Order: sequence, then C-alpha cells, then structure tokens
Amino acid sequence: MIREIPRVGVYVCHCGANIAAKVDVEEVARFASKLDFVESARDYKFMCSDPGQQLVVDDIREKGLNRIVVASCSPRMHEKTFRKACQKAGLNPYYFQMACIREHDAWVTEDPGEATDKAKELVQGAVSRVLHHESLVPRTVDINPNVLVIGGGIAGMQAALTIADAGKTVYLVEREPCIGGNMAKFDKTFPTLDCAACILTPKMVAVGQHENIELLTYSEVVDVEGFVGNFKATVRKKPRYVDMDKCTGCGVCNEKCPAKAISEFDQGLSKRKAIYSPFPQAVPNTPVIDRDMCIYFKKGKCRACEKFCEADAIDFDQQEEKITLDVGAIIVATGFKPFDPSVAERYGYGKYPEVYTSLEFERVNNATGPTEGQIRLKDGRVPETMAIIHCVGSRDKNHNAYCSRVCCMYSMKYAHLIREKTGANVYEFYIDIRSPGKGYEEFYNRVQSEGVQFIRGNVAGVTDKAIGEDEKGKLIVLAEDSLSGRFLRVPVDAVVLSVGLEAAEGAEAVARMVGISQDQDGWFNELHPKLAPQATPSDGIFLAGCCQGPKDIPDTVSTANGAAAEALSLIMREKVEVEAAVSSIDAERCMGCRQCETICMFDAIEYDSALNVCVVNEAICKGCGLCASTCPNKAIGVRHFGNEQILSEMEGVML
Amino acid sequence: METCSPFIEVNEAIREMGGEDLNNCMQCGLCTGSCPWRLVDGDFSVRQMIRLAQLGLEGYESDDVLYGCTTCGVCVQRCPREVAIIDIMRSVRSMIMETGAIPKPLQAVVGSIHSNRNPWGEDAEKRVAWQKELEVPVFDGTQEYFLFVCCTSAYDRRSQQIARSMVKILRAVGVSFGIIGNEESCCGESVRKIGAEEAFQTLAAKNLGLWGEKGVQKIITTSPHCFYTIREEYPGEDSPVQVQHYTQVLASLLAEGRIALEEPIEAMVTYHDPCYLGRHSGVYDPPRSLLTSIPGVEFVEMDRNRENSLCCGGGGGRVWMETKAEQRFSDLRIQEALDAGARILATACPYCITMLEDSRKTTGAEDKIEVLDVSEIVVRAMGL
Repeated sequence: MIREIPRVGVYVCHCGANIAAKVDVEEVARFASKLDFVESARDYKFMCSDPGQQLVVDDIREKGLNRIVVASCSPRMHEKTFRKACQKAGLNPYYFQMACIREHDAWVTEDPGEATDKAKELVQGAVSRVLHHESLVPRTVDINPNVLVIGGGIAGMQAALTIADAGKTVYLVEREPCIGGNMAKFDKTFPTLDCAACILTPKMVAVGQHENIELLTYSEVVDVEGFVGNFKATVRKKPRYVDMDKCTGCGVCNEKCPAKAISEFDQGLSKRKAIYSPFPQAVPNTPVIDRDMCIYFKKGKCRACEKFCEADAIDFDQQEEKITLDVGAIIVATGFKPFDPSVAERYGYGKYPEVYTSLEFERVNNATGPTEGQIRLKDGRVPETMAIIHCVGSRDKNHNAYCSRVCCMYSMKYAHLIREKTGANVYEFYIDIRSPGKGYEEFYNRVQSEGVQFIRGNVAGVTDKAIGEDEKGKLIVLAEDSLSGRFLRVPVDAVVLSVGLEAAEGAEAVARMVGISQDQDGWFNELHPKLAPQATPSDGIFLAGCCQGPKDIPDTVSTANGAAAEALSLIMREKVEVEAAVSSIDAERCMGCRQCETICMFDAIEYDSALNVCVVNEAICKGCGLCASTCPNKAIGVRHFGNEQILSEMEGVML
Repeated sequence: METCSPFIEVNEAIREMGGEDLNNCMQCGLCTGSCPWRLVDGDFSVRQMIRLAQLGLEGYESDDVLYGCTTCGVCVQRCPREVAIIDIMRSVRSMIMETGAIPKPLQAVVGSIHSNRNPWGEDAEKRVAWQKELEVPVFDGTQEYFLFVCCTSAYDRRSQQIARSMVKILRAVGVSFGIIGNEESCCGESVRKIGAEEAFQTLAAKNLGLWGEKGVQKIITTSPHCFYTIREEYPGEDSPVQVQHYTQVLASLLAEGRIALEEPIEAMVTYHDPCYLGRHSGVYDPPRSLLTSIPGVEFVEMDRNRENSLCCGGGGGRVWMETKAEQRFSDLRIQEALDAGARILATACPYCITMLEDSRKTTGAEDKIEVLDVSEIVVRAMGL
C-alpha cells in the first residue's frame, strides 16, 4: 500500500577504496537513477562523513525526497547515522533503507564486474523495499535507577563500588558465603608483588560498609525478567543457619564445631569445620553451616555451635528465601574457574601428590593457607628443585585453544617466590612468554636474572620412573628444549601446573537467564569486541572481568569500571528509547498456542490467560522475527519487516 | 635426539666467573643474526652457545663454538637485554681454561705469557729490538707520555712500523715521551678474552706496578686493545694513569696546529674501524680527522663503517688461531675496500693490520690496494 508518491534518493558510497576499488560506483548510481520512483541518484566518497550526511539532508529538503537508500556498509555500522540524517531533514527515520555493498559485496567478491552487478541488485532490492516502508515512532520507557551486579569477585566489587560512589543503589549478589572471588585466594600479585589481601581487603570492607550497596552473599540470581531500564531479578538466598544481624563474628562456633570437611577455599589442601567462614578476613564475617557436613543436620544431635554462641545467632530453622529486585541495569561479573588438569593425564595430576595446580600453589604460598605460606613438600621437606609448567589446558585444541593470558605472569611470580622462600632451582617450561603489561616484561627479565631457568618446550610428560641415581625419588619432567634441540629429563621435587582459565561454573545458565550469548569457549560475547567491549546485544546488560575472557587484575578492574560507567550512563538518562521495528500480534488471529512465547530469545512475549492470546512486550522485543515465522496462524507481523516489504526487496534483488 | 639433563652447576659457575648476565638472555637470536660468522657460513652461533651454557649442556665448549667468537661486540651493541655477551664468552673460556682443555694454539699463547710476558713466543729481552737505529727516549718519569708499544707492534715485523712511525711523529712534533723497555709486559687484553683470567690479573698488576714505579701518568697506546683494557678492565676504581689511543693524541696535536700534514697523498682512502677502538671505545672521529686533513686524499667510507664496522677476525684470541681460507672476515673487508674504490685501506690496530695484510696477499689484491696504519700515513703526509 503506497500512500504518497514515493520520491527516492539513492546514494552510492565509495568508502574510500573499500567499495570503489571493486564496485563501479558511478555505474551503480547511473543504474539506480533509472529505477522507478528514483528522483535522484549519486555517488560520494564517504557517505558517513558530515558532508555525506548533509547531501541527504539537503536533497530531502530541496528535492522533496521522501524515501532514502544509502548503498554503503553494513547497517550495523551506520544505519543509525543515516536515520538521524533523515530525521534532521524532517523525514521519518524509518523511510530509510541501507544496501550493504561493502561487507556483502566489495569485500567478498573477486571479480569487479560481478561485484558491480551485485551492487546493482542490492540497490534495486533496497529501492523496491523502501517504497513499502511505513512511518514508525520509537517509544520511550522509564528507567529504574538501581543496578544489579552478579558476582562478588574483584570485578563485581569494583563495579558495585563505582556505581555506589555515584550515589546509586547497587545489589551485589555472590553465591559463595563471602565476597572476594578468586583474587581473595591469591597470595602475591604480579608484577609488583604486593599481597592480594593487602589490596583486596580494603575493597571488601568498603563494599561491606557502603550505604548504597546491598550485599547478598550465599545467594544466587535465579531468574531475570523484563527489559532495559526495567528488569526484575529473583534472588535465592540460601540459608546460612546463622542470623547475620545477631552474629558478631567471634568465631567460637567454628572453634567448637566437631565436624570437619575439606576446605574449598584452600583447594582441598586443608580441612575446615561444618560451620565456617572461608578465610579469616571474609566479608561478611558471618559463618555458614554446611548442611551436608553438619552432625546435627545429619544425625539430629550436636548443636555445639548453638550452645557456645553468646549472641544466640545460630538458627537451625532458617529457610531458603526468594526476593525480587527491581533494577534498570545488570552487570554480569561471574568470573572464571581454573582448568582441571586431571583430564590431561600426562601431567600426573591426581597421581603424584607433588603435582599442584596453580590455584593450589597460591594457597600454599598464602600466609592463611594450609602451610601458612611456607613452601613445603607433603613430607615437610623444603624442595630443592621445582618445575612450573605453562599453558596447561591453554593453547591446546584438545582442551582450550585460547591463551589464558595470565599464566605466564603468575608462573613467573611463583618462580620468584620459590627462589625467595626456598632457594630451590626453578625450571619454567613454556611455549612463548607473554608479558604484555606495565612492568611485565621487566618482571620476566628480573626473574631470569634471579636464576630461574626457562625451558622452551611443551611438557611431554611427568613421571616418577627414574633412570639413574639422580632421578630417584624425584618427579622427572620430560620436554624438548626447542632452543637447543635437546630432549631433557629434568628431575624435580614438585611440579606446579599453570592451569588456564575457563568460564565459571553455571555461566551457561546465567547467559540464558539474562539473554546474552557465549562464544565457542563459553565466555560471554560482548556487543563489539573492540568498540563496545562491556555492552552486550541485550540492552542494559553489561559485562565485567573474566566472564568475557581471561584477564589480569588491572584489566579486570578497568572493565569493571567500564561496565559501571555504561550502567551509570544508562540509568542516569532516566528514560530510554526502544526500537520501533518490533513484533505485533493480531489478537483476532492468535489461538494462544504459545509457540511464540517459547521460541522468543528475549522473553518478550507473554501469555494473557484471561484472553487466551499472546502479547508482545514492545520494550523487550528486538524485532528478530522468530515469532512471526513460528506462528502457525500467521497472527504475528514484525513492523518494518512485513511480508510486503521483504518480498519487494527479494523481487528487487532477483529482477 | 640426544636425551640429557640440565647441569645447573655449570650455569652457576659461569655466572660466578663473570658471566653474570647469562640468565638474562631471552634467546631472541639477534646476536646470531648480527654475528659476522653469518657472512662466511660459519657454524658459530652465539645464541646456541649461550643456550647450552644456560642449561650446562655439552656442546658449548668445543673449539669451533666457544673459540669462534672474535669479541667484535656487534651482538653486545645490539642485544635488547643488554647482555654482556663477551663477558659470558670470557667466563666460559675461563672455566675451560681451568680444565686445561683450551685449543692448542692458545695453550702456546698462555705459555708464552708466563715465560716471556708476551703472547708471541718471543724473547722478553728483545722487546725493544724494533727500535733499530731510531733514537727512543727512555721513560724516567720526567716525560709527559709513556708510549706503550703493543707486543704485536714490538715483535711483528709488519706491525713494528706502527711503533716506529709513532716515535718519528712524536719526535718531529716535539712531544715529551719515552719507552720503559724490556721490563714492559703485555697488556693482557686478548689473553683475558681467551680465558686466562689469572694471567691477565697478574699482567695488570705487574704493569700497574711498573708504571707506578716509573711515575707514569699519561699513556699513549699503539693498539686499541691495550687502550681498551687499561681504561676499562684494569683493576681499581680510579685509574692512576690516563690512557689514550695514539689517534686521539695525534688528532689533538693536529687540531692544535702542531702537526702539519703537507705532503700530498693522491689516493682514494678508506678507513676500517677496529672493533676495540670503535664499538668498544667509541673512538670514530680522530682517525678520520687525520686522514681527511691530508692534501690529495679523497676519503671514502665502506658500506660497513663506524658502529657497523666489520671485524677483521683477529680479536678474542682468533689472531692466534687458524681460520679456514673461505671464512676470513678480513678477505671480505679487502673486497669491501676495493668495492668502495679505495687504493689505501687505513686502520689503526696491529691485529687489523696483520689480518688485512694477510688477506691482501692471499686474495691477490697486492697490486690493487695498500693496507696502512694511520700512523704510517701520517708519517708520509708529514714527509718524515
């Protein structure tokens, strides 16, 4: 249905040489000028430049154009730019159509003749389509000014603090009993060697005390509904069996508890009680009762903790709670988990007691860890020689193809600590040394000058099968030194496996819950890897820290602040414009089968049981069209992507 | 492929003996790539040698590998980690020296140092034989300069011309100088580089003792090697003596107008920077200022000059070792000088003179080019 006589303007962009080197842009413009309803067609060097946009504005005003087609790059790059130009000239922005002759044509077509033909087809399709465009008006909705941060590691804490310092309310949800994440387990941090606790505990305390941060530990976000500016998150608070308001954190319960369990925080290298705080500086310092290990919960008797608690804080009747939070933006900061080296048998992890993972070795080095910071073998001896094996689980297509980015540096930190604490000889087995950061290369050099031996070779195996006296009672690391071309057997007392980083346990569920995607390795995808690294394709959802890929602490903190800034920038707008090209359901035709509700990736469709029809929440809908193609009764249409529009475009392309 | 285990005690020993930077090497290979051995298809690889030394693996100590290095310093100058590579060579050689397993020709050198105080197997009592008819003042503490004649300039027939030229020039200009005589000993520079650390320390102490006794305050050396080691390697925080290479002294005299270079030399002249004068000591301009001041001289640079000068192959003890005919750097240097169009190839080091003269003869360039020390050219230009 064409309401007014269309007067189409076509603009063919050279994009410097990006398009013009392949496509005969002048020929395409000549071709376009002959199409029906085309009033004016021209080519220009850079349409996205100010003068390029001005051409569109001036032509709309002077030539009375009412439909605009720009043939240039992908709409992802500049659709907004040209829509704004139309708007500036008083034309509804939805009367604009873009033909992608760069990514879809010039960059992927070998033959210039074919590229020019294809450009003509794409332009003809766009012109046919734009004739059927309708005027649409984007809607605005209010934004809730609160922010939810999922994950209480250094990334989540930093993001929460930045937002809270700006005077906004933050809900920080952490599934463990206390905040701090992986960083709280570390001993020293590279390359400055300041202790992790010394720099982290002030932040943990600040989070715990901040008037604008509501800290929800031992809690998990289990559901997220809503859309940008208006999310509703359901949080499951697991029972601690300790009243946080009453508990003084005196620790007597922990002292008296007779039940022992393996300490997760110490990576299984020590024991903890059934009622416990993961580590001495924990925030909050209210302990939790491990229901599975508690004698009272198992056998109905004990309650030693209750007897000794002067604050009367033990509450065995505490129940799981579900609370709902209203927020305008969500920052996902779910971090990483270390690679499990037991799947790569050649390292002997789990077989030889003196083979440690890096996180275990962090705990060994930590003053609050199982050996109180002393590097000792399991039999109490001081090691004389140690090996550190890089790239365990990383840069290996059998496990993870990517580089975990931090292992080289933390390995060298260990080498330094071993040399300093024990004087032992240290061998680092590496593939390449990656030390790109402030002071990192200098640290590499420092560790070398401290006498650490770097063997360039991927370790083929760790064995206890000795050949000769020197190797008796030792673990022998086998590797080629590719620098000398010799195959080495290096007898050592202990081995540290520098395991890579993997997406945290439960990342997939989080992705589904907040409507974001994961890459092939499980890391969350950002909206644009370079230019929108903290945003996601879901408006109002931002990423911080290692949940999007391995990062060191400085980068983690930077991304956390980046995500916080983006969240603040959103909530401080107070109102948000939402896409007008959304689905609509014809209530007359809808049978209430709810297939569209199931298929929608954005949870944008709700079922109205009273009327037995499905309804589109336009604020959430991304206009992807999945529902429209699913609907068995053809009750759903997508504005701006109506049948007439799409069929005309196809006809135009194929004619 | 051979299986072996690292022998870290070797690494520690090397570092203790002066190769402190051993572990700082990150094996980038810039040294090997920059080494003059690449120009002649040599087996010697600095990086590989350092690697084997780092892990104490066999192979670093063989004659071809360990003693291939001429200590020219190109690698040191370029090393991104500023590794003192020559110190590593020296300390590994010291370690081998202690085992007695050094190459045969070098054993003779060390023996001669002990018995004759010179490396050439020559009679210590004939050290001043080069003077012949020349009247050379004996240094007794009243002269301004002590002219320290390199063992090579003292004993090698060709090189003696350098010493004789210097005497002629200094006398003609009226510089107050003298020579101590047969009590003098080798400076020890190359001896140290072949790993004879103890012999070097003995020589240094002996020389400093003798100079102190005679009241030496200012030294002129005929060789950049003596100049370098006295200035950089002799013990003591503040050297009691001030040392200059002769080109520096002559260039100053020229600048002061005390030397008149008036006899024209009508020739295209190029200059070969000795490693120990150029790269090691940073002296590039004095010899050039002398040469370019001579009337008739058309001065031309070779492709590789100044910091990028090509080693003659004689440093680091190589002057006493046999080098295969097709692997002589000095052959390449003669060709480079010819390519530059030079008729005179000037240099300022007894080792370079020896090596370049040899190559001039063996490559059949005798009629095409002359190899001369700067001192000899100055003598000509002064009409002496």
